[in-house]
Amino acid sequence: MNTFTADDVRFRYRGATRDAVAGLTMAVPHGSFYAMLGPNGSGKSTAMRLLLGALEPQHGMVRFEDRVVSDWPRRELARRIGVVSQHEEMPFPMTVRELVALGRYPHLGAWHRESDADRAAVQRALERCGLTDLVERPASALSGGELQRARIARALAQEPRTLVLDEPTASLDIAHEMSIFELLAGLVAHDGTTVLVITHNINLAARYADTLLLLHEGRIAAEGSAADVLTRERLEHVYGWPLHVHPHPGPGRDTGAPQVVAVARGVMGRTGIND
Amino acid sequence: MTPTQLELPATHTRGPALPRLLIMLGLATMSLLIAIAAGAAAIPLTDVVRALLGQGDPTTRAIVIELRLPRAALAFVAGGGLAVSGAVFQALLRNPLADPYILGVSGGAAVGAIGWIVLGAGAWSAGVPAAALLGAIGAVALVYRIARGVGGALDTRVLLLAGVVVGAFCNALIMLLLTLADVESFRSAVFWMMGSLAGARWDATLMLAAYMIPALVILMGQARALDLLLLGEETALFLGTRTERVKLIGYGVASLLVAASVAVCGVIGFVGLIVPHAVRLAWGSEHRLLLPASFLGGGSLLLLADTGARVLAAPSELPVGVVTALVGVPLFVVLLMRGRA
Repeated sequence: MNTFTADDVRFRYRGATRDAVAGLTMAVPHGSFYAMLGPNGSGKSTAMRLLLGALEPQHGMVRFEDRVVSDWPRRELARRIGVVSQHEEMPFPMTVRELVALGRYPHLGAWHRESDADRAAVQRALERCGLTDLVERPASALSGGELQRARIARALAQEPRTLVLDEPTASLDIAHEMSIFELLAGLVAHDGTTVLVITHNINLAARYADTLLLLHEGRIAAEGSAADVLTRERLEHVYGWPLHVHPHPGPGRDTGAPQVVAVARGVMGRTGIND
Repeated sequence: MTPTQLELPATHTRGPALPRLLIMLGLATMSLLIAIAAGAAAIPLTDVVRALLGQGDPTTRAIVIELRLPRAALAFVAGGGLAVSGAVFQALLRNPLADPYILGVSGGAAVGAIGWIVLGAGAWSAGVPAAALLGAIGAVALVYRIARGVGGALDTRVLLLAGVVVGAFCNALIMLLLTLADVESFRSAVFWMMGSLAGARWDATLMLAAYMIPALVILMGQARALDLLLLGEETALFLGTRTERVKLIGYGVASLLVAASVAVCGVIGFVGLIVPHAVRLAWGSEHRLLLPASFLGGGSLLLLADTGARVLAAPSELPVGVVTALVGVPLFVVLLMRGRA
């Protein structure tokens, strides 16, 4: 069984000269840790929006759990999929608890009050993300890492079977990067959650994800295990930069996972990209 | 400029709504009694209560029941509607500076209402609120289109500028229509542009309440969706909101609230800015509390402002919109400067 399936999906933004997603065929199996990689503008975020039904494909079909994604009522979908997107706004003040409690809304009717079960789910999510000391803190006063943890906690409060995250570790320090990937890996291993993550961090994806999908100009450049996908020739072609791939030297349980290092080209003063 | 962030007081916690609504209800009751007691002939509070209960001196009773109560009731319902519409516009536009007056929505409603009256349809006065609604929706659509077209996202500066421009255009249209019609133009221009509750009658109050009550119930049904919309449309969608539907209902009903109040008491500004701001500061942004608390708070504020309008320059009367603007403009400036910091 698959969580998401896409069948020859195409999408072009209005006014664009090429398809942002040009014939995407993929499947995210239940209970897998699936990472989507690719350079800026390769169509990762568009692909995510298509999988989540936020965009309607102009060609092809997207299914979530074997039902066309646009046929799902949004609230039903929100009970099954927690999403941590790249940007969100917060024009009004909110405490951490309030922000996380919003994750219960798909489970509440318009007139229902929060039950003990709802509060317990919020509490579990807060604990899991290490936020119990920050619950009354205004979300605007959090550090980048804390805020990202709060947003992940909100997604966990939805009690979803599937978690989708768009660049969850962008602009986070190394400890936060690790803690978030460890948290995601634990959700996959112990809770049976399906995790789909979009990331620029090739090395973390190589260490934690079961399956990697490499996108290039809206098309799939490769899909499979880290060892299969992360070859030097392919990555150099896709990213347009000289690279080396080394096995992870250890220590750690993921010793030997392919790790990508970009080569300093000595083109100081120019960007050197696509030369 | 990023949208203004309000400061969160340390006491802020998510708590039970009922005691807070009772506080607001107490405030509303007090405002009502003060509004009825104050005036050309000041009436002691005990006599006010006695008159409301149908006892006491018949002259006092007549003043209370036939003169001051209908006006107070109208002020309360209109103020409540304006405050709720302000709270809803703020959520939909994710901008704490949104207010029906600042956005030009009230001006649009006034143009619709005057257009109906002046252009010969005045014989059927029940159409005035509907014409005001059309004007209000037209103004919302125009402001939204300008802001989207210029700023891409809903940039605060562009949004405010669009609102000011549409508001100024509406004022010009109001003057034009009134000059063409020549019906005591100056007096009625002041009424439409600064608002007044002087013509309050029971039928107007009941008409307004008939719009207000279903509108409030509909908006309360969208309260949680409005909470989610504060995070942005995509996040709201991923948390199960049918965003297009909520926006349609929100803009429609909020415009209706503005139109109904403008049709009856002219353009009164800043109630929709001051009240939701104060409630948010005290109790946060959860709309299940914010909307009813804003209704009660807006009603109270307009009652007190109208009492001020009657008493401050007695024996003549100030337009009530002058009083709300005197309070609202400094607050608006403070909010704007804080957003820049």
